[in-house]
Amino acid sequence: MSLNVSGEIWQPVRLTIELASITTVILLVVGTPIAWWLARSKSRWKEAVATLVAIPLVLPPTVLGFYLLVALGPSGPGGMLAALWGARTLAFTFSGLVIGSVLFSMPFVVQPIRNAFEAIGDRPLEVAATLRASPWRTFWTIAVPLASPGFLTGAILGFAHTVGEFGVVLMIGGNIPGKTRVLSVAIYDYVETSQWTEASVLALGMIVFSFCVILAMTLIEKRFARLAA
Amino acid sequence: MSAGAVTVRFHGWLGRFELDARFEVPAHGVTALFGPSGCGKTAVMRCIAGLNRLQDGFCAVAGDVWQDARHFRPVHQRPIGYVFQEASLFPHLSVRRNLLYGHPSTADAGTIRFDEVVELLGIGRLLERSPRNLSGGERQRVAIGRALLSQPRLLLMDEPLSALDQMTKEEILPYLERLHETLALPVFYISHDMAEVERLADQLVLMRNGRVLAAGPISRLQADLSLPLVMSKDAAMSLDATVVGQDPADGLATLAVDGGTFLVPSAPVKPGERQRLRILADDVSLARERPSRSTIINILPARILNVSETSDHRVTLLLGLGEQGAGARLLSRVTQRSWTLLDLKPGLDVYAQIKGVALVRRTGPVV
Repeated sequence: MSLNVSGEIWQPVRLTIELASITTVILLVVGTPIAWWLARSKSRWKEAVATLVAIPLVLPPTVLGFYLLVALGPSGPGGMLAALWGARTLAFTFSGLVIGSVLFSMPFVVQPIRNAFEAIGDRPLEVAATLRASPWRTFWTIAVPLASPGFLTGAILGFAHTVGEFGVVLMIGGNIPGKTRVLSVAIYDYVETSQWTEASVLALGMIVFSFCVILAMTLIEKRFARLAA
Repeated sequence: MSAGAVTVRFHGWLGRFELDARFEVPAHGVTALFGPSGCGKTAVMRCIAGLNRLQDGFCAVAGDVWQDARHFRPVHQRPIGYVFQEASLFPHLSVRRNLLYGHPSTADAGTIRFDEVVELLGIGRLLERSPRNLSGGERQRVAIGRALLSQPRLLLMDEPLSALDQMTKEEILPYLERLHETLALPVFYISHDMAEVERLADQLVLMRNGRVLAAGPISRLQADLSLPLVMSKDAAMSLDATVVGQDPADGLATLAVDGGTFLVPSAPVKPGERQRLRILADDVSLARERPSRSTIINILPARILNVSETSDHRVTLLLGLGEQGAGARLLSRVTQRSWTLLDLKPGLDVYAQIKGVALVRRTGPVV
């Protein structure tokens, strides 16, 4: 086995990190209000919404990918959106991948943040209100800092899950080098074309990455458990 | 509704609990909400704070309407301080930042100053610590300080001592008393410990099953034989007395109440000081003639004003000290048999022999 790994191997790595970073940031921005509402609301619709958010956990990625392909395509809402800047479709684009990843990784971010908000309980928020803090100030100075382990867990899980996704990407992104060809697809592709060296370098890298993620999560949890005690 | 009062009317259901609480008390001094657990004390306090909302509610504090049929002022716009049963300090902030969380940031930071509160509560050496490293009593003191520094016009305290052991309670009570002496801030205080109430409260709101049985000055409610207070094993009377003098030889202080004086062993006190006395009904016995030789030093003429029978073959009497029984009130508990043997009846003049008088707190400075 030759150790001459082609330079193009780094392109999917870069693209994957870019995709996962953007997805994680969007998920934190979008997921936080959803998680807050799920944690605090007394609405009877709340568990239905929570279920909707959680669906990607059990849905085969190809199913979500199929609907996204339709939605992002020229005749779907994604296509109409793309028409605004003169494109025909969002499918097979990086933006399309971001949209897909956000939906697909949503539960991994929303759930830990919701749990962290719920774990705070009513009391600290009530105390803040009796100290003249507006709901907005209470949220930023009490709820968010106290829920920070949840944010950290959510961000790590969202990032890692986006790195690992395959089905959705294949359905809506395809395999365009530099645009939609992320790590998981690239490994598949290298195997298909018998480039075993490249495939094993990336595969080994993913194993190391996954190991680090899970180790980091465990250490974070232990650290906060100790602080909370 | 009067300008110098706290007026409260809350009616409605909180879950499966029906609250129907109406009372008005002066907006100064300490008002204790007292009753068995589950009687709705905390519900009333949460409604006053705005933490719970009953549709059919009215709440006004010193002329300022916080809730009526059309308006409901949100919690963070009410000038309250709330001390919960558990200190509930913010764990991610230092003691100093906890204290300052509700402190107005403007230059004119109100009348209750940081340094004064830190001094009053003795928490100066804790300022840079994390709440995690404080003892239960220290935490509760910080919580009280935090509430005070938000410049409240009404301080609400929901059993602030109940989560603490007896020793820690004794450590905090003096701070609460100093608070009472130094700040002219009306306080609502929830307790189910009558001894605590008798020590701290000026007014009492007596609650049972979501309803208010009576509200008014503590000594008036204690003297009302129709209220359940009198049935309690520790039925007692709180009297506010003035120090007349103290014998340096034996430490006995002379304290005057309306219609009589008491001799009480005491730590040094100054003439003119106001002290609160607590006299248990069980410690007051009666004689028809003045006993000539007795170890009991407090024997005062009194008149029997009223009587209430209790189920355990004993009766509780309401006595009035002084001429015609017009002075301060006392409770006395005697057996049914003594009542009959001595032919006691309302209107009769007797001698009250008081075996124990406790000084429970200083209620005011030297005047």
